[in-house]
Amino acid sequence: MEFATGSSPHKIGPQNVTRVMGMVLLALVPGTLAMWWYFGWGVLINLMIAVTAAVVAEAAVMSLRGRDARPVLLDLSAVVTAWLLALALPPLLPWWQTVLGSMFAIVVVKQLFGGIGYNPFNPAMAGYVLLLVSFPVTMTRWLPPDVVSGQALSLADSLHIIFSGTPPLGQTWDTLSSATPLDQMRSELSENRMISEIRQSPLWGDFGGRGWEWIGNWFLLGGLFLLWRRVINWRIPASMLGSLLLVSGLFWAIDPETHPFPAFHLFSGAAILGAFFIATDPVSASTTPKGQLIYGALIGLFVFIIRTWGGYPDAVAFSVLLLNMAAPTIDYYTQPRVFGQRKHDDA
Amino acid sequence: MIAAIVTIAGLSTVFGLLLGYAAIRFRVEGDPIADQIDALLPQTQCGQCAFAGCRPYAEAIAAGEAEINRCPPGGEATMIALAELLGRDPVPLEDEDAAEKPKAVAYIVEAECIGCTLCIQACPVDAIVGAAKQMHTIIDDECTGCELCLPPCPVECIHMHPIGETIQTWQWPYPKEAAKGATHG
Amino acid sequence: MAEPRNIWTFRGGLHLDDHKAVSTGRTIEPASIPERLVLPLQQHIGQAAEVLVKPGDPVGKGQLIARASDYVSASIHAPTSGKIVAVEQRPVAHPSGLSDHCIIMDSDGEDTWGELPPAWPDYTERSAAELRERIRWAGVVGLGGAVFPTAVKVNTSGQRAIDTLIINGAECEPYISCDDALMRAHPEDILDGIAILRHIIGAHECLIGIEDNKPEAIEALRHAIETRGERDIEVVVVPTLYPSGGEKQLIKLLTGREVPTNSLPASVGVLCQNVATAVTVANAVLHGRPLIERIVTVTGQGIRQPGNYRALIGTSADRLVAKAGGYSEHIHQLIFGGPMMGFSLRSDQVPITKATNCLLAASQAEAPNNDPERPCIRCGECARVCPVQLLPQQMLWHTRAHDFDKVQDFHLFECIECGCCAYVCPSHIPLVQYYRFAKTAIWTQEREREKSDLARRRHEARQTRLERIEAERKARLRKKKEALEKKPAAQDDDPKKAAIEAAMQRVAAKKAAQQNPEPAGKD
Repeated sequence: MEFATGSSPHKIGPQNVTRVMGMVLLALVPGTLAMWWYFGWGVLINLMIAVTAAVVAEAAVMSLRGRDARPVLLDLSAVVTAWLLALALPPLLPWWQTVLGSMFAIVVVKQLFGGIGYNPFNPAMAGYVLLLVSFPVTMTRWLPPDVVSGQALSLADSLHIIFSGTPPLGQTWDTLSSATPLDQMRSELSENRMISEIRQSPLWGDFGGRGWEWIGNWFLLGGLFLLWRRVINWRIPASMLGSLLLVSGLFWAIDPETHPFPAFHLFSGAAILGAFFIATDPVSASTTPKGQLIYGALIGLFVFIIRTWGGYPDAVAFSVLLLNMAAPTIDYYTQPRVFGQRKHDDA
Repeated sequence: MIAAIVTIAGLSTVFGLLLGYAAIRFRVEGDPIADQIDALLPQTQCGQCAFAGCRPYAEAIAAGEAEINRCPPGGEATMIALAELLGRDPVPLEDEDAAEKPKAVAYIVEAECIGCTLCIQACPVDAIVGAAKQMHTIIDDECTGCELCLPPCPVECIHMHPIGETIQTWQWPYPKEAAKGATHG
Repeated sequence: MAEPRNIWTFRGGLHLDDHKAVSTGRTIEPASIPERLVLPLQQHIGQAAEVLVKPGDPVGKGQLIARASDYVSASIHAPTSGKIVAVEQRPVAHPSGLSDHCIIMDSDGEDTWGELPPAWPDYTERSAAELRERIRWAGVVGLGGAVFPTAVKVNTSGQRAIDTLIINGAECEPYISCDDALMRAHPEDILDGIAILRHIIGAHECLIGIEDNKPEAIEALRHAIETRGERDIEVVVVPTLYPSGGEKQLIKLLTGREVPTNSLPASVGVLCQNVATAVTVANAVLHGRPLIERIVTVTGQGIRQPGNYRALIGTSADRLVAKAGGYSEHIHQLIFGGPMMGFSLRSDQVPITKATNCLLAASQAEAPNNDPERPCIRCGECARVCPVQLLPQQMLWHTRAHDFDKVQDFHLFECIECGCCAYVCPSHIPLVQYYRFAKTAIWTQEREREKSDLARRRHEARQTRLERIEAERKARLRKKKEALEKKPAAQDDDPKKAAIEAAMQRVAAKKAAQQNPEPAGKD
């Protein structure tokens, strides 16, 4: 009889790309539900729009490239990208902007570079930055969390706003929207207010923005799940959050009235989400152990720098993209020592 | 004005000396490009490029007198290596059929050999031993498979034997090809 | 009991299901004698052996039928008595599935020993060189799978003194249990082998490394050491972590010493031998018996009676399978070696060799390696599990680009092909196959370069010779021509006239000398 042949190892582990991506999606669920809880239906509507756009775009590009789209769609990477993008978007963003961002992420940032595994930049963050610089007004029009405003938009109202682009009858954007805590902190600090004053606002919770800090906690839970399942390793999140805490702590210690408490940095904006879900995107991140520590630490540092002195309220997207560019260089200089290689040997 | 002239003059003197020194210090003997090209050629010395051996062909390429696609034994790989070395665009091989021939060594049917020594004179690498009126034979390990000994033989007793793959020369297939071959039987 | 020894660690590695219980249930089945044996001349690293017999020759069991042809080579002996049938190409157990030179013999069923060298129970009286020569005669090679000639390995003269002998009983690869079975059944023989090896290399300490998933083997060896009152031999239990049985990995685990890249363990004062090799050494020295059989684990869901079987070298794989109850309906793939490093063959009509430690008749579920390859997502798992701390991704990129210089910059040849990287890859990229492709492609390139260098040298030599001959021919021609031109001129001239001319010249010279006395005086 004739037997099947193949190269060793003949046994392959249980892991595959679909499982990895599925695990990431699973880990995103608690944080996403928390966002829905605090910011209403817009979050989930954005998510649906972004995911649909991404999947359609990916299928279209694959068929244009004359490849089989099925295995690529089944690996769920497009869904992860769209999901992360949607979480970064304001809940009532006009639908076509979400579609644009999502398609840009998939078509330009991912597929034009060769598809999964070849993109030098994090597609979700590139899509977010495109929208942020193209539509600064809508992209900074956040909602106050329900706990602050006391008003929850109904599903119908949310759909109406997202698809028509105008607020429902009897309401204006001014009554509806609010700045994010990070945004407010920035603008009020620039008006020379003291932190103790700023924190009088009802937007503030124990550490960061009210609601936001709980969302952060739920994403943290998801991140810990990924760590436990070994989908990501500790280096990038730990070094990124560590350096953010360290640098913000340093400035806070120097002047607590003009620099917010370190925990504020941690639990505002996309710091937690970024540390566990975005900076850890393996394709665009550094891959060597030492390199990952440097990569994460530099992201943390840039987050603080851009938040404090930069032109935009949040900084995770910019920092991640900046360090994406540096990742190959970091990897080159941080190659691990090969077994049996002496310390002074050249790499 | 004068300061400028002096500076420029000084600079040009310094750089002139520097260049002059470098020209002597880092002088390269021979024609390095021809050497590099020669190193890439398979050294079969078969003359299929219409030059008398690999070295003359290398010199012709270096002088820009010959295309890089005229070496059938080297095949596509050699052409691409040459294109890379010289920064030229790859070109299709002049004689595709010749390049696809499997590697072979010449073999003399000793019973038919009349000992005329014509093949010995034709062999570019002295891989044939024998003497006048004595039977000739080919040193397998040194034969380049150039086939130059075939035409002179008056009794056509030289044949090309393809070199089969052995365990020692076997190469692991590139994974994609293997995937195709891995069928359940 | 001594206090537990410190165990070091190596980076990377994998926790795998060991599947060993499948084959350890029975005792080792003795070998049966097949009617026909096929003995490849190349069962070891180095040069193929040189045939000493011809078809028709009768041979006795243990008779040398092919001898080591080089320093790094190994002898081959008749595994039973019988008659040589042929010396020809036969399919052998090699991933290529190609044929190689083999000696084919038929057994006569008598199984009578031929002439053997004397047993040396008094081996301590023998010199290391004598013992090495005996090991060399016996055709002993590393039986853990590397099949490097043992006589060469134990020749540590000229290197750093060896202080530690490590006996490798880790047997880390799943499914394989032949060493485990051997350690349980014959701990005494292993200790004999250790004593001989220590005598040869002069190591004062011996460590036997065994993974903690073999408690019976550990117990058996410890018991044997205690009853014999052996000193400076210790069984060291290492955690079960693939590939702890890799030579450099085991040395790191047991001694904390890291064998430098491109170096042998001897450079850190260690020599490593497999347990089965130690037993073979003992047989060669104490009984004068060559390596003619080995224990093979026959296992997998595709086999009816998995277990450990003694097999004569040269027994056909299908015969051994038949002895193990034949294939079950699950049979899908036949793997020589284990699931991580073994190779699979289309046919089972190939002989068991000294290298065959396991026949894994795998079901589709056990060897599902036909998943399509997906793009690398750079997750870095491969680098995390690599026991040599290579960067598998970088090596993959450069292999795909056929940039073999770059691949070597990333230490391709340090790769031990353990398969950890490909096992964990979520994109199911056959990384090891890429590296093997790159390694063999580099060897081919090297061979071709050597060949073309040789051709260039010979061509140049020929050119200079032809030029020299041409020049000599021209020179001869010129001389002839000159001679021809001179001759008529000489015939024209009157010889007397020439004599007069010469005399007049002499006179003129004399006169000139007299006018300038000083130089003349000086002369």
